[in-house]
Amino acid sequence: MDSLLLASFAEAAVRLGVPLALAALGETLSERTGVINIGLEGSIIAGALGGALGALAWGSAGPGIVAGAAAGLFVALIFAVFAIALNTDQIITGTAITLGGLGFTGVIYQAQFGTTGTALSLPTLEALPIPGLSAIPIVGPAFFAQAPTAYLAYALAPALWWLLYRTEWGLELRAAGEEPDAAAAAGVRVRTLRFITTLFAGALAGIAGAHLALAHTGTFSEGMSAGRGFIAIAVVVLGRWNPPLVLVAALFFGAASALQFFLQTLGWQIGYQLFLALPYVLTLAALAGWLGRARAPAALAQSWPRLHD
Amino acid sequence: MNRLLGLISAPIALIFTLVVAAGALTLGGYDPGAAFGALVEGALGSPRALASVTLVRMVPLLLTGLAVALAFRAGLWNIGAEGQLYAGAAMAVWLGLNAGALPSWVALPGVLAGAALGGALWALIPALLRLRLGVGEVITTLLMNFVALNLAGWLVHGPLQESRGVFPQTDPIVEAARLPLLVSGTRLHGGLLLGLALAAVLFVVLRYSAIGFATRAVGASPQAAASAGRIASGRILLGVFLVSGAMAGLAGGVEITGVTFALYENLSPGHGYTAIAVALLAGLHPLAVVVTSFVFAVLEAGASAMQRSAGVPAAWVNGVQALVILSVLAVDQVLRRAWLGRRGEADG
Repeated sequence: MDSLLLASFAEAAVRLGVPLALAALGETLSERTGVINIGLEGSIIAGALGGALGALAWGSAGPGIVAGAAAGLFVALIFAVFAIALNTDQIITGTAITLGGLGFTGVIYQAQFGTTGTALSLPTLEALPIPGLSAIPIVGPAFFAQAPTAYLAYALAPALWWLLYRTEWGLELRAAGEEPDAAAAAGVRVRTLRFITTLFAGALAGIAGAHLALAHTGTFSEGMSAGRGFIAIAVVVLGRWNPPLVLVAALFFGAASALQFFLQTLGWQIGYQLFLALPYVLTLAALAGWLGRARAPAALAQSWPRLHD
Repeated sequence: MNRLLGLISAPIALIFTLVVAAGALTLGGYDPGAAFGALVEGALGSPRALASVTLVRMVPLLLTGLAVALAFRAGLWNIGAEGQLYAGAAMAVWLGLNAGALPSWVALPGVLAGAALGGALWALIPALLRLRLGVGEVITTLLMNFVALNLAGWLVHGPLQESRGVFPQTDPIVEAARLPLLVSGTRLHGGLLLGLALAAVLFVVLRYSAIGFATRAVGASPQAAASAGRIASGRILLGVFLVSGAMAGLAGGVEITGVTFALYENLSPGHGYTAIAVALLAGLHPLAVVVTSFVFAVLEAGASAMQRSAGVPAAWVNGVQALVILSVLAVDQVLRRAWLGRRGEADG
């Protein structure tokens, strides 16, 4: 294979993997406390719109990322109020949040910019090559000449691992997701932890959305999250709820979608959909235990405390 | 007591949704009266709009809504109706393209049965993962949706692409495998009767049969059903999963044989997800699903008219669907707590 082509493929794989990694790393933390947020898609699309509006208002991409994080957090807050404070079913609530996120971002976008179809032109988030590292052949441009949001993902993976496995707070987080009753009896504030991790995941999903709008395309379009919230949930499973593995899994999903464009440039028109389906099949295999043990937190998707009726 | 809560909470939730939705429209600078008027006018204003747009839109929502309602009644979180719909549609197209010279009374039932089988097979994988390996169905059914979407994309770009080879879609299925029209001159097809009949059958089976009782018992508490009622919850869950998948697959088959006659990538605009709202607003009751699938069909069918004449973006309807789900959840929780509080049984 042509090394130039390989380099551009690797760069695309990482670029497409970064938003998945950001959203999935946040989701990993919240799932560890027992909260599965299918509304992640809603946070991502809100982050994309928030990022676009923020970048336009301040005339630069940096504040756009912050606005995207805020928008993603706000959407996750609605989810948390229902699923954690009101104890509604997490799956159904998350589905509503996704539907609502896609719907209301479309409404706000159309109300602001009309339906003329002229693409919005936004200040873009420029790549920030890391001196030295970015000069390594192939790996350098792929990993170390990306937007700053990529470096956030690289840094978060080990940091969250350390938090989960090497700190007392991490132990409490995991306890809340495995045995919330026992954890509560031992003095862990289960609901508070679930709130915090869910909001954190929402903010990261918002950054992922802002990254899509500002680093990938320089524009916003309705539904541009394109199912990435759901992919992120699959990424968490494939990464076995372990942050560094989750980062690797996100890059793998990124590579599968990069292959699509790659095969098209090589003139292969058919078959790329099979490559797009492959990561989901592998995730199912991981759940089935064919790729080693992958076990979800025991209290995942269970509201707490449970009401009897 | 849950029945009663279900009956009260849906209307309250719907009113609550309308109030919030009207408030949001006012905040956005729109006239809520004009918007709702345009929506209803667009969906119900003429017999033609009602038959060709709204009722045609209702059919897949009804079938997938029944699929979700049945699964949720048994405590199975099947959120894979979207993928099961595509599996059914793919099977229907494949059979419908090859039905050749078969007479219609063989071809059409055969194609629809094939669609149901396709949906059931697609549900079998998460069912086995759950029952044999204990893997929760929430994530697996969700994953299967994306596998199905991508496989459908592969089919219409590759092996099943139309013979002209221009567009990513299949050739149309043979005439003999198409559903007859219910009202000539409209697009309303026989799938509506199929959906209504299935709703009635599901209601009778759930309410009056031993299997229906077992299904409800497993949904209420699998442990209690096993110990007190000697119900084999594994077999019930397998059956429910397959029937739920079959109904969602049938939704795909009906879209193919009644509306599009061909498979393409965006065959479903998310019917399988809207179905969750449809089933939930119906309190998981099969006959109520008929009503709620019609309500959502009116919303979706009237959305474009609302955009044209009142200027409200059509995407607003997705927001309203979300509001409906959240209102049902909130009203349900509040009523439940009020009920439990009165009985002094709320726990910590």
